Amino acid sequence: MSEERRYFSIPIDVKHGIIDLTHGSGGRATAQLIGQVFGRAFSNPILDEGHDGAFLPKIDGDPVVSCDAHVIRPLFFPGGDIGSLAIAGTVNDVAVCGAKPKYIAACFILEEGFPIQDVERIVNSMARTAREAGVMIVTGDTKVVEKGHGDGIYITTTGFGERYPGIRVSGRNARPGDKILISGTMGDHGMAIMSLREGLSFGTTIESDSAPLNDMVEAVVKACPNVHVLRDPTRGGLATTLNEIAYQSNVGIMLEESAIPVRPDVAQACEFLGLDPLYVANEGKLIVIVPEDEAEAALAAMKSAPHGENAAIVGTVTDTDKGYVQMTTLMGGVRMVDWLNADQLPRIC
Amino acid sequence: MKYVTEYRNSEQARGIAREIAAAADPAREYRFMEFCGGHTHVLARWGLTDLLPKNVRMIHGPGCPVCVLPIGRIDMAMEVAQKHGAILCTYADTLRVPASGGKSLFKAKAEGADIRMVYSPMDAVKLARENPDREVVFFAIGFETTTPPTAVALDVAKKTGLKNFSVLCSHVLTPAAMEHILLTAPRREGDAPFLDGLVGPAHVSVVIGSEPYAQFARKWKMPVVICGFEPLDMLYTILMLVRQVNEGRHEVENEFTRAVTPEGNRIAIDLMARVFRLRDTFAWRGLGSVPHSALALAPEYAGFDAEARFGLIEHVVPDNKACQCGAILRGEKEPFECKAFGKACTPARPIGACMVSSEGACAAYYSYGRLRK
Repeated sequence: MSEERRYFSIPIDVKHGIIDLTHGSGGRATAQLIGQVFGRAFSNPILDEGHDGAFLPKIDGDPVVSCDAHVIRPLFFPGGDIGSLAIAGTVNDVAVCGAKPKYIAACFILEEGFPIQDVERIVNSMARTAREAGVMIVTGDTKVVEKGHGDGIYITTTGFGERYPGIRVSGRNARPGDKILISGTMGDHGMAIMSLREGLSFGTTIESDSAPLNDMVEAVVKACPNVHVLRDPTRGGLATTLNEIAYQSNVGIMLEESAIPVRPDVAQACEFLGLDPLYVANEGKLIVIVPEDEAEAALAAMKSAPHGENAAIVGTVTDTDKGYVQMTTLMGGVRMVDWLNADQLPRIC
Repeated sequence: MKYVTEYRNSEQARGIAREIAAAADPAREYRFMEFCGGHTHVLARWGLTDLLPKNVRMIHGPGCPVCVLPIGRIDMAMEVAQKHGAILCTYADTLRVPASGGKSLFKAKAEGADIRMVYSPMDAVKLARENPDREVVFFAIGFETTTPPTAVALDVAKKTGLKNFSVLCSHVLTPAAMEHILLTAPRREGDAPFLDGLVGPAHVSVVIGSEPYAQFARKWKMPVVICGFEPLDMLYTILMLVRQVNEGRHEVENEFTRAVTPEGNRIAIDLMARVFRLRDTFAWRGLGSVPHSALALAPEYAGFDAEARFGLIEHVVPDNKACQCGAILRGEKEPFECKAFGKACTPARPIGACMVSSEGACAAYYSYGRLRK
């Protein structure tokens, strides 16, 4: 704190200040922004070294890396914001490689005029999510673009982790006879975002399910050494991710609609707009595909972990109609769960 | 009453399916047309035909507003945005329909035309208010479900003197289309009628009521049952139709009593009568020219007519030669019988409108049922 007082005579006015081009110039203003806003929230021994990059300790296992860009609008929504999403999303991408996420690098592109109050809010949210996930934000970068050339804030995150020994998961590993599990209710995030559109309030606040799932992954790999596939369904929903897996593994998938949990308010909102919850985005859900004899253990592990109370076995991998996903509906009939070409569109009449 | 879950009860569904199987006379075929594309979607999405006996066949009708929209009118919408620089507001599905030269509004948008997706006509009114120096045109399509909201938007525009707002009106009428189907339908073997019954549209009937269907029941000796959009609604409706046929009745029955009344929504009907006038004729995609089947703006609202404001002329544009949407919309062919289905024509690269709209029969078959061939 006293070092700051020496170099920056006036602290940043977080409450009323806005980002301007000086913050991106790399000079004193940049250093002050980074120190006072980012550094304060993210503080940890590696970051506090203050180098351009981060010195990471040696790791024993095989390294894993994953990255993501976050451009979501609106920036703040029920259940999260662009910051919490950025951390949880990358934590999950590393975790579903069958790895323990450890370090995050974060880049920020800020638009001239963006309120520093919002930067702080987002950065604090990232710090909270990082603490929940047990990861450290170890290095980063900040740029400022002229007004009109950005959307307030864009964030990219790169996550580093360590593979769990003996765990080999891949989208190509699904095998006929495997059971498919999901960790909870479908479509929460997409409908939370939809419900913020003007005039589309549904009389109930649907919250995004954005959450880090690395603890759940750890529980699953410990209980199921032969786990075949781990994935987190995001854009395009459960249906899109399962279609990718069916295609990559060259297997068929048969789902049981009655087993797939959907919150009643999400189901109602989807029905109102003519959307299928299976294609609506999630941000805090895990798909686990395991050999049949590990299914019960997987289910127990998921239910014991944070955010897994509604975990369920929802389908089976088959060797018929390879590359396609089908479903036994609530009515007992069978239909395809097709791979959509683009986004779902709301009903007209 | 939890409408979504209670009308999806699987045990009740099995019960009704058993009753249909018991009631259907094995010595005859029952052919029922579900007029509304939304009902075609329900059949496919829940796999309901799996629950029906083989001799109860569902024939798919033309009640898909995007499917029956003539190519020439999409061209007019494109002209408004590309040639006149207006903001063209449209419902989502309309964006992807291939018009002249296979070009869609979506492609035109990617090429720089200001075309925007809206959820309701009031979104377009709002855009007009927010952009007083731009012309804003709402592409009004659909049957009687979407017509009242257009009427409200026009009423608001008139009352607030909104100068830069206009409507490209392509609204169509359900009873006229039904009449046309029955009038032009081919006979079956043994001179049997094309259809044994009609599944009446759900949301259209909320607006127009159950009364307007009485004329079909009488004139064509055709059972009509108005049906909701849940799977139990459809199964129960099919049971009611089978019973009518067996008992030699041809009445209008209402399964969707929780939302449909005999007289319909009087406020909506009166408003539509005030804001719109009947066109003499309209060229439907797939059905050809149908008299007194579509709406234009009434003289009092003529100032908001985009056709007049921009001097738009409708050209009759034939469908791609390979496209069987016409026969499919009339219920004479099934999607699988179109040579292009699933090959040259897919949702990613559609040739005809039936493959574009989520309510189109081809799109429903492709998305939900193409493995069942």
